Amino acid sequence: MYDGDILDEIRKRKEEWEREIQDEQGSVKERKEAFTTLGEIPVKRVYTPLDVVDRDIDYLRDISFPGEYPFTRGIHPTMYRGSLWTIRQFMGFGDPRKSNERLKYLMNSGAPGLNVAFDLPTINGVGSDHPLARGEIGRNGVPVNSLEDMEQLFDGIPLGKVSTSLVIAYPPIPCMYIAVAEKQGFRPDQLRGTFQNDSICRDVGANVRVVPRRAELKLCVDVVEYATKHMPLWYPISIVGYQIREKGCTAAQEVAFNLSDGIEFVRAFIERGMDVDSFGPRLSFMWNAHNDFFEEIAKYRAARRIWARIMKEKFKARNPRSMQIRFHTQTSGVSLTAQQPLNNVARVAIQGLAAVLGGTQSLHTNSMDEAMALPTEDSVKIAVCTQQILAHESGVTNTVDPIAGSYYVESLTKDLEDEAMTYIEKIEEIGGAVEALETGYVQREVTKAAYAYQDKVEKKQEIIVGVNDYVDDREPNINLLEIDEAFERYMCEKIEKLKAGRDPSAVERSLDKLREAAFRDENLMESTMEAVKSYATLREVWDVYRERYGSFNEKAHITGL
Amino acid sequence: MRDENIRILVAKIGLDGHDRGGLIIAQALKNAGMEVIYTGLKNTSENVVEMAIQEDVDIIGISILSGAHLVLMPILMDELKKNNADDIPVIVGGVIPPGDIPKLKAMNVREVFPAGSQVVEAVAFIRRLVQERRKSTRAS
Repeated sequence: MYDGDILDEIRKRKEEWEREIQDEQGSVKERKEAFTTLGEIPVKRVYTPLDVVDRDIDYLRDISFPGEYPFTRGIHPTMYRGSLWTIRQFMGFGDPRKSNERLKYLMNSGAPGLNVAFDLPTINGVGSDHPLARGEIGRNGVPVNSLEDMEQLFDGIPLGKVSTSLVIAYPPIPCMYIAVAEKQGFRPDQLRGTFQNDSICRDVGANVRVVPRRAELKLCVDVVEYATKHMPLWYPISIVGYQIREKGCTAAQEVAFNLSDGIEFVRAFIERGMDVDSFGPRLSFMWNAHNDFFEEIAKYRAARRIWARIMKEKFKARNPRSMQIRFHTQTSGVSLTAQQPLNNVARVAIQGLAAVLGGTQSLHTNSMDEAMALPTEDSVKIAVCTQQILAHESGVTNTVDPIAGSYYVESLTKDLEDEAMTYIEKIEEIGGAVEALETGYVQREVTKAAYAYQDKVEKKQEIIVGVNDYVDDREPNINLLEIDEAFERYMCEKIEKLKAGRDPSAVERSLDKLREAAFRDENLMESTMEAVKSYATLREVWDVYRERYGSFNEKAHITGL
Repeated sequence: MRDENIRILVAKIGLDGHDRGGLIIAQALKNAGMEVIYTGLKNTSENVVEMAIQEDVDIIGISILSGAHLVLMPILMDELKKNNADDIPVIVGGVIPPGDIPKLKAMNVREVFPAGSQVVEAVAFIRRLVQERRKSTRAS
């Protein structure tokens, strides 16, 4: 980027400058002895063109133009000049009918992307009437026990005309969604949206495990294989780094663990007989947006560059779209504080700005009250408006990737790339992402990082406003959303009523067929579809899966300590 | 009294998979020289109480981040009573709205450490509580 003479001049001037700012003892007084990113990457006093040149960062090879390989500057040539990111707020609680109202409220308040969370009994494949479901029904998402609940959840929302993200893995819920769309008169090939469908992220990040790990992977591959054939507009998997970051890993680890997760899935799709360019353009990703502004921006850029090279060089993709990371971002939940919750509005705005400057395709901004409970409508409104302010008032959308060329950001992008690659290679040596979970390697790395961070907070090496400094003892005075507890009984009774009203022989026949397919190791989408259409419950379908694969043994896999 | 003798059960109940806090506190207690038994995930109140009795722990620490504390904690506290084990003190950590803290304490939960609490404070509290409890058992 610079020719030799100019570089020599810069080098000479920099040495002079370093001398000039020193005191008589030869040191420079600063607030801390050493500065690092949140992820412990050393940060220098100042960055210059030398940092780019000395690290052999080549513009055309490593940065290039927006929409061009290796996509460091973003996947679209015009980015937000062409179209803004999608405001996609995560939502789901209580009765499916109540969640339906909230979905419609969000659609009408300028958040057109639907993004549905399911409650713990649903994502764990047990359903509302299981003993372990107590206290959790409708709390962190919407409960869906059967096609009936899904019909109520999307009542009056034309599924062929919206874009929906369903934050859940495995065939049953995707089948219910497709079945509801069909009832509304839409074909699978008309549907737009995303199934999260990433068993690895749910396992390591959220500890959701129903059947053993290899079987979970198989069930996710079933969904992708089906969608690749029948749902050309759908993203059948979102490879998610969000949750593992929430669990305490660093930005570089988030990139590494998530892309290793992606590598594992790509390998599994190819083993299933799919061509890399048949599914490659339909892979999507999800990242966290945490506190360290520049480290986060560098993270998105590094991830795009690494993935482009992996898809091209390792998996021999030919279609450039297979090499692109299309991603959704959610601001960091764990960074929000229960103390002085209004401050969270500022945190979310900064994190959201990092995601936008990092080139996100869609964004969920957290609400200020989420360190304590699910958000109220008023606080969701502020979170949505924060995105509108970023989009329309901040000016950052006027040019593509305005942050490129910052000596610091380009150098930091390289730091993140190098650190992430070291982890990715280590995980490949272990035998891939699933094996790295089986051995507990990833869990231990995450816990170590989480512990180190907590330690820094307690020693005030990291300051969190309102928590370990600038503390204000006044009680926060905000209204929290509460879930009605009689609702648990209602959801269980609803299952009983459903069972009394359906055709028992149709259910039995469809479950028998599902069982046969499972024991023949077939793709289970078609047979699961038939079962959910006969109003078999989520739990009944999962019971068949568990019959085939066994349950995940939690006691044998206590990891992270 | 040496810390090596303090035995604590760190437990997760229900379907809540958030284990970051539980693992951090378990590690901190280990570093402080205590003996930590970690239940892993997806336990019922019944098996947590059973483990606490079997392992003869001095204290039970429950970590809940899913919001289910007001439903699950009464079940756990009842289960302790049913098994004549309600002399084992219980503390709770996690995402607990401020308004719920008095409700948990009314169930005889000894202390609540909501998000943002200092781990060192929790460790110090546990040490104090166990030592006091042992002194009073010796006196009686």
